[in-house]
Amino acid sequence: MDAIAVRDLTRKFGDFIAVDRISFDVKQGEIFGFLGSNGAGKSTTIRMLCGLLAPTSGSATVGGVDIRRDPEGVKRRIGYMSQRFSLYEQLTVNQNITFYGVIYGLGGAALDERRRYVLDLGRLGGLENVRARDLAGGWRQRLALGCAILHEPSIIFLDEPTGGVDPLSRRQFWRLIDDLSAAGTTILVTTHYLDEAEHCHRLALIHAGRLAAIGTSAELREVFSGRPVLEVQASQPVEVMRALETFEDVEKTSLFGMSVHAVLSAPDVDPAGLADRLRLLGLEVTSIERVHPSLEDVFLDVVERAGAQG
Amino acid sequence: MYTMLAVGGKELRQVWRDPRTLLILLFIPAFFLLLYGYALNFDIRHIALAVQDRDGTPKSRELISGFVNSGYFDLAAVARSEADIERLMNTNEIRAALVIPEDLGRRVRAGERATVQVLINGDNANTATTVMGYALRIVTSISGQLQPEQRIVERAPPLTIEPRVWFNPELRSTLFLVPGLIAYIAMITAVVSTALSVVREKERGTMEQVRMAPVGTAAFIIGKTIPYFGISLASAVGVVLASMALFDLPMRGSWMQLLLALSLYLVGALGTGLFVSTVADSQQMAFQMAIVVAFLPTLILSGFIFPISSMPGFVQLLTYVVPARYFLVALRSIVLKGAGPAAFWPDLVALAVYATSVMALASVRLARERR
Repeated sequence: MDAIAVRDLTRKFGDFIAVDRISFDVKQGEIFGFLGSNGAGKSTTIRMLCGLLAPTSGSATVGGVDIRRDPEGVKRRIGYMSQRFSLYEQLTVNQNITFYGVIYGLGGAALDERRRYVLDLGRLGGLENVRARDLAGGWRQRLALGCAILHEPSIIFLDEPTGGVDPLSRRQFWRLIDDLSAAGTTILVTTHYLDEAEHCHRLALIHAGRLAAIGTSAELREVFSGRPVLEVQASQPVEVMRALETFEDVEKTSLFGMSVHAVLSAPDVDPAGLADRLRLLGLEVTSIERVHPSLEDVFLDVVERAGAQG
Repeated sequence: MYTMLAVGGKELRQVWRDPRTLLILLFIPAFFLLLYGYALNFDIRHIALAVQDRDGTPKSRELISGFVNSGYFDLAAVARSEADIERLMNTNEIRAALVIPEDLGRRVRAGERATVQVLINGDNANTATTVMGYALRIVTSISGQLQPEQRIVERAPPLTIEPRVWFNPELRSTLFLVPGLIAYIAMITAVVSTALSVVREKERGTMEQVRMAPVGTAAFIIGKTIPYFGISLASAVGVVLASMALFDLPMRGSWMQLLLALSLYLVGALGTGLFVSTVADSQQMAFQMAIVVAFLPTLILSGFIFPISSMPGFVQLLTYVVPARYFLVALRSIVLKGAGPAAFWPDLVALAVYATSVMALASVRLARERR
């Protein structure tokens, strides 16, 4: 049975449809990524799946429990960690662990055992009596994760878990997530860092409350089969982008830092020929080559097409 | 049960470690008590007085020393003319003037009626009335001493009033104000501490985290309320004790009754704080709301300073939802009158009703955030 099964889940706030008939399944042990821009409906979906917000219509089961019928049962089975690393600043590492342990019904030897596990997992040994507010970002993040999994949930929801954390800590964090997943824990994570999305086994792209695409990152990239992506390095990227857009065999362009990505409308366009045509227009081209489409390309493409559909 | 204790214990630890909250809970009550206790005093003392003694006899000097020795008036100037008095009054050097006519001594000796003039700066009507009262009392008592041997029985009015003020014979406004102050301070500490503590959890995101856990609304509310109940009760008792030490507040009734009234009042105040926190999303907003729903009504509509009976009808209706109104009746009855529960049980019932309703309202709102 799937760890999470979502069917036509919808949530309205007045006239505004925050989540619009979303359906997807997450298998046990899977790391499932939820991608989308701010306000796309990611957090609303998570809050519904956690039993915190009642859906307007549709249904979902989390760990086999119906989120409408038994939201409290859902809460007992899941762990949740938000981008804010919700810890009590004035309390020490130990006191935070105790508090979250007790509200999840842990006590005595079980709590001690889980405390050791969390301190070990988060490399927080020796910091037991440090106040949460004095911890650096990475440590706070790992403590927050630890507090969220004290009760050994089989499903963990991570809502943008790596905001404001340095790259090294982010990497450590993702290693923890990989370990948890390998041990059979299902993880649903929202992020807008597209590089992080590569850690996910499968991804859902959500745009304007709708599920715009779903699949592994390789599957998602297939939207570009037959439409090669070129990366053009140039000293005047904006001008190059404008020129490329006038070419018939270029479907669309987007700016990636100092380089331009151009999606070609046919698979047989010659990159060298394109470069020559740009140079004819007096534009300098440092390099032009076919690249593997990034998730960012996929994301922009999906969003654009979802927007075009209405 | 355990979750409730966990919420409560965590709250206490947090308060203990958070100097700002501790400051609000301990320093503010002390500060308000001293500030209001000493500044909010309707008694007027040391009124700068100018004297124009046109008589210059022992009798007139007796009258002057009567004013000065009363403790209410300070002799600030000796005026030689009416122009002098006018100038002193205009420059605010004096607030009152006593003008004694040339023939005071002679008239007193002759057993005739003599009139002295008291001029009072009326720019503050309340003060002026009070000063006038003092002056009348002094003149009456001096005129009694001036001619005891000559008092003519036939001239005494057939009916006299012998006023006696109960519970506060010296009519010290402090005794009237301090109970109001106790109610006010208790309201502030209870409302602000709970409201800020919940809103802070909202701001930090820990509120959401706790809501993600299987913690019932009741456990959360009770866990949140108990520590602040204990702290605000201790702080309120501290304020009562301090009022006794500093302002001679008497304790004529039973401590048990006082604690009961205080507890009911505080639970209502804590509920108000919780309610505020369900509406406000930031600490500033919570504070402003607390001012509007708790402080101002307690200050203005409770009978703390302005008597409810002299308010316009619709404002009087408003006072029925101000818990301090009931608490003040009970507090004054217990502390000043030593009256038994017979005198104030309806007010205790009203306090209990308020506490229950506001707690229920806060619980419903907290539970409903999951819409």
